[in-house]
Amino acid sequence: MRRRAVPVLLVVALALCALGTLAFAQAGSGAQSPPVGAAGGGAGDPVAGHQLFVERCSSCHGTDGAGRRGRGPSVRGAGALAADFYLRTGRMPLAEPTDQPVRAPVQLTATQIDDLVAYVASFGGPGVPAVHPERGSLTRGQRLFTDSCAGCHTVAARGGIVLGGVAPALQQANARQVAEAIRMGPYLMPRFGSGQLPPADVDALARYVLSTRDLPNRGGWAIGNLGPVPEGLVCWGLGIVVLLGAARLLGERTT
Amino acid sequence: MRLLARLLAAVAAWRAVRRGAAQDRAPLPPPPPPEPDPRARRVGARADAERLVAALLIACGLCGVAFVVVYATSANTQLLGAAAGLALVLLAVALAVASFAVVPQETAVEPRPPLEAPAEVEPAARELRDVGEGVSRRGLITAAAGVAGAGLAAAAITPAASLGPRAKGLGAAPWRRGTRLLDQDGRPLRAAALVVGAFATAFAEGADRRELGSPVVVVRLREDEVHLPAARRAWAPQGILAFSKICTHAGCAVSLFRYPLDQQTSKTPALVCPCHYSTFDPRRAGRVEFGPAGRPLPQLPLAIAADGTLVAAGPMSGPIGPAWWGVGHS
Repeated sequence: MRRRAVPVLLVVALALCALGTLAFAQAGSGAQSPPVGAAGGGAGDPVAGHQLFVERCSSCHGTDGAGRRGRGPSVRGAGALAADFYLRTGRMPLAEPTDQPVRAPVQLTATQIDDLVAYVASFGGPGVPAVHPERGSLTRGQRLFTDSCAGCHTVAARGGIVLGGVAPALQQANARQVAEAIRMGPYLMPRFGSGQLPPADVDALARYVLSTRDLPNRGGWAIGNLGPVPEGLVCWGLGIVVLLGAARLLGERTT
Repeated sequence: MRLLARLLAAVAAWRAVRRGAAQDRAPLPPPPPPEPDPRARRVGARADAERLVAALLIACGLCGVAFVVVYATSANTQLLGAAAGLALVLLAVALAVASFAVVPQETAVEPRPPLEAPAEVEPAARELRDVGEGVSRRGLITAAAGVAGAGLAAAAITPAASLGPRAKGLGAAPWRRGTRLLDQDGRPLRAAALVVGAFATAFAEGADRRELGSPVVVVRLREDEVHLPAARRAWAPQGILAFSKICTHAGCAVSLFRYPLDQQTSKTPALVCPCHYSTFDPRRAGRVEFGPAGRPLPQLPLAIAADGTLVAAGPMSGPIGPAWWGVGHS
């Protein structure tokens, strides 16, 4: 009985989606367009997106995007924000549902991603946040990053480990992806709403993260900008060699 | 490996050549001294070398004292490191100089014909005693070594003052009923600012932020995933929980929070300390899930004031900071 009901529901859902996205596209084309990385700002076709979703995503997220128990969460309400982030960083589609999604070569074309984002956005949910790193304060960004992000990502945004997951290095992320990750909290990352980090703070954080791509080094060996502990370890390693040489010289027979 | 073997072979060959050259320069056996005279014994000690060794030892002791002074006054770790390091380097240089220039180097055995007349034994022995051991200012060097030893010992023992609980601070958190939680900018933290999965650091209003009991981590979970014991039912309004930010293992800041986007395919929510990966479960009152921590994170009961700000509903549930004697598993 249920089997028969599904296709009918699907057609109705699709029609509703198409209508909804048309309205969304018209409303969204004006004020809401994302200023950074403007490629694919809601220009996708949700019907083509659904087709692609069934082909590429439904084994985990279900043909209707409601998720499948033990394999993948519902994408309904995830919004353009999550779809844009996961698809444009190559994290989705994922080979194995229990793997951590990590940055990978993007597997879909820009048009396909636009369509999928439009399909996921058709269920509602947060849009792609606007971010202006050039307006952000670098000093505030560094302070906020140190307070809220450095625990996992390290202060130079070189990435680290949380039990059960890897906090990625952020040098490849663009400003829009930084803002999306802050708002969404992908995988095991906590989530920061606009009440906690207002858009100006996100601008500052994005500017700081972009600045870590090219950190100033005052000469010497940077050792991945990982901080004083690895620097100390390297000093120990080199110092022990020097000490051994000195001991050898001192202890050498003189006659 | 092959490169290493070749390197070793080259070193061995070079040493053989050097040994051969040394033998050429000083052909063996050396001619025996014609008439051994104790006064002709070459003594390595030079007065300036002895003075240098003494000065180095005294400087080493002074560096040790400087370490103690810095520890007591400013606790500037770079100065502490410089003082301790310089003391050890000076000691090492003093020992090296002493071994080369003060202590006699020769190991020769002097063949000596038996004395014929017993009357000559006493003057000969006196003569030998007068020569001494080769250190003419033994007292000076001993005193300088004493200074160095005392300074180094003081520097080594002083940091023990940092062990153990301080008389004030540990356990006495500044949280009372109604104390507001301030965010890192010093503004009251509002409950509405925290979405599910949020993570924030807050401090007690009116307390020194550096005080161990002041910082707390505030997280928000879904209300249906919070499973607190019955006595703490009311401590997490709207699923917002606060715990001491100081790890109960070694006192690091618990600065990692993981909150899964999809719990079925990843891990459960947890607070993690970056030093030794002690992992605490915020859903179950900060219970230790993994790692070396011996007791749960102390929890701060929360309430939401009429203006929407977060306030403490009472004191912390237990002593703050690393475990020490007498703090059991609470």
